[in-house]
Amino acid sequence: MAFFLQNLINALQWGSFYALIALGYSMVYSVLMLFNFAHGDIFMTGSYIGFFVASGLIALSATGTVAMPGWLILLLTILISMFLTSFVGIAVERIGYRPLRGAPRASAAITGLMIGIILETGNLALLGASRKKFPDLIETQTFTFAGVSVTNTKIMIVAVSLALMLALHLFIQRTKWGMAVRAMAYDFFVVPLMGVSINTIAVLTFAIGSALAAAAGILFGVAYPILDPYMGILFGWKAFVAAILGGRGSVLGAALAGFLLGFIEIFVAIIFPSTVRDLIAYSIILLILTFRPHGFFGEAYSAQLRL
Amino acid sequence: MTSSKSGVRQWVSKTWEQFTTVPMLGWLLGALVAAILENLVGNTFARLVGMSKAPVLFGFDIALKTPLLIPSAICYVLVIYLLPVFIVARALRDPLNKLAAALLKYPIVVSAIVHLGVLYAALHIWSSLNDYRALVVKLILIAVILTLSLNVVNGYMGEFSCSHPGFMALGAYTASVLSVLFFVDGSVFGDALLPPAIGPFIFPLILILGGAVAALGAILVAVPSFRTRGDYLAIISLAFMFIVKSLIENLEIVGGPRGFRGQPDWANLPTVFAWTVISVWIINNFVRSTMGKALCAVRDGELAASSMTVNTSKTKMIAFLFGAFWAGVAGGLFAHVLRYVNPSTFGVQKLAEVLAMVYFGGLNSVVGSIFGAVGFTLLSEALRALELYKWIIIPVLLILVMIYRPTGLIAFREFDVSAMLQPKHKKEKEVDDAAASS
Repeated sequence: MAFFLQNLINALQWGSFYALIALGYSMVYSVLMLFNFAHGDIFMTGSYIGFFVASGLIALSATGTVAMPGWLILLLTILISMFLTSFVGIAVERIGYRPLRGAPRASAAITGLMIGIILETGNLALLGASRKKFPDLIETQTFTFAGVSVTNTKIMIVAVSLALMLALHLFIQRTKWGMAVRAMAYDFFVVPLMGVSINTIAVLTFAIGSALAAAAGILFGVAYPILDPYMGILFGWKAFVAAILGGRGSVLGAALAGFLLGFIEIFVAIIFPSTVRDLIAYSIILLILTFRPHGFFGEAYSAQLRL
Repeated sequence: MTSSKSGVRQWVSKTWEQFTTVPMLGWLLGALVAAILENLVGNTFARLVGMSKAPVLFGFDIALKTPLLIPSAICYVLVIYLLPVFIVARALRDPLNKLAAALLKYPIVVSAIVHLGVLYAALHIWSSLNDYRALVVKLILIAVILTLSLNVVNGYMGEFSCSHPGFMALGAYTASVLSVLFFVDGSVFGDALLPPAIGPFIFPLILILGGAVAALGAILVAVPSFRTRGDYLAIISLAFMFIVKSLIENLEIVGGPRGFRGQPDWANLPTVFAWTVISVWIINNFVRSTMGKALCAVRDGELAASSMTVNTSKTKMIAFLFGAFWAGVAGGLFAHVLRYVNPSTFGVQKLAEVLAMVYFGGLNSVVGSIFGAVGFTLLSEALRALELYKWIIIPVLLILVMIYRPTGLIAFREFDVSAMLQPKHKKEKEVDDAAASS
């Protein structure tokens, strides 16, 4: 039981990265019906931005002008990086997606893919091939309840990601902007006629998705402090699959599917050798999609796609 | 100033007019002569203009590594390649027009074989100068097969498939295992089961089996994803690609993540060239057939096509398996060209590359795919000297192509072989114009 609970907590942590990234895919997909293939690399960029912001804040704190405790630096890092990374998302939208609004959908997928490659290579060219180590911001403490050991970073990661998901949920459901996003997801031909600009909403979804990816990137850096330019590829593609598994444009579905993917991966790695993790995870996803082709929460739609 | 400019322009257009009536055969013969010339005097001329030896790939590598040699590289390309091509094309224009017309009196296959023979000779002589060129030519030819096979799915069928690296991996590993199992004495599977001497003759069969296994894999993707229209093919095929990669990584018998080596050296240039020609011919016939037209109808409106008696699910299934088959064949060739395969080759990177070639060249077009595969591979080899920055320049180029031509550079164009092989008489054209105007 303790063993199970232990892995459950690991899976919650692992799944929250997927869930946060999957939300970004899902947001963009719900509004524009396009895949943002650069999203995994936005996650990577967010993580690097977080690294620089954190390093800067630590340096600032060390000079003594404004002494800050570790948790405050972490909080500020998350907020500032989310803000900065949202501009990366906006840039991706402006360069890769807006000029292709009337074009076949696959073309926008290609531009997204190419922007992702540019972000990876640009990072490699600017910062060199050496990996960066994310600074330690909070001291790791381990609590033990009934044989289950929990570190405070794990609790923090799960709590922050759940809080962000809740905030997104409230934003989508309770605010006027959220209503515009939902309406656009419902029908992006008619809603622009009601005076809601698709360009504004598209920018908004890209910005929110990128901010969430940045948060995921920083949380990832806290948990696994080694950053490298290609870290976004693996996470990005898996989270993309999770977003689809959750159902088209469903925030709740994407979050749940992200956690599910985390659970599958952690528990597969316990039972089987870890090399077959991807094999089994993707096979399970394939099975689920075979029987529930619209994902968990996606409604069936028969819109004529502009491919 | 303006008058001189227009004068230059006039001169250019007038000179170019001389060449508009050169038939395809003329250009190919020109290329052949240029290749022979390079073989004879390439190195000598290169030393004359200050380079240590003949540039490998049209001087790009030299120009990017040592910018001071750019003038010599340009000079080399002008004198060794462009000048002979244009001189031969112009000089032999009239006899070759007559020859092309004479060839067309026989079935078109005869003319096509003559053209392909000249093209092959030029390629062979050009690539015989060093091993790197030979490798690049083979990789380009394989890329042509791969791009065409993906274009059948992403272009003609209008779905977004991500599983081509997976199909390629299936074909590559099946073909490698078969050829090593049956025809190689060695480390992995023990002694050869059949005499190695007959191997090259069985090689086509092995490639076809590799393609067939890829097509079997395609059924796994197609069955769940064709039930609903939408993006599910993209997701399921993506999952399939990762499954195949992970499966091979976990199969210790084929080397797991370390890869599989020891394939016999059967994929020489004539073999690869022949397979490419066959695949272009078959795929071109497929997309121009009734089935291909039905496929386009399904893409443009599944409901409408279905009401016009097109069996949509059967059409899509056949096209998808067809595309997967050729991807498998390309994979088998790829494995035998490099004589080493590694599961990590068939990952997201390969996917991005194949997709880039298809969308760069143009959807729904065999010419576009050939152009995309050749152009993209040449570009990525030419920019090799830039190392890292290559992967910034190529994506930027591709984004620009997508923004200004969202369906690719040469999209929606039929590959009409007979029009390509026609003699180009100016007189006939004038007569036609006169007839049209009257």
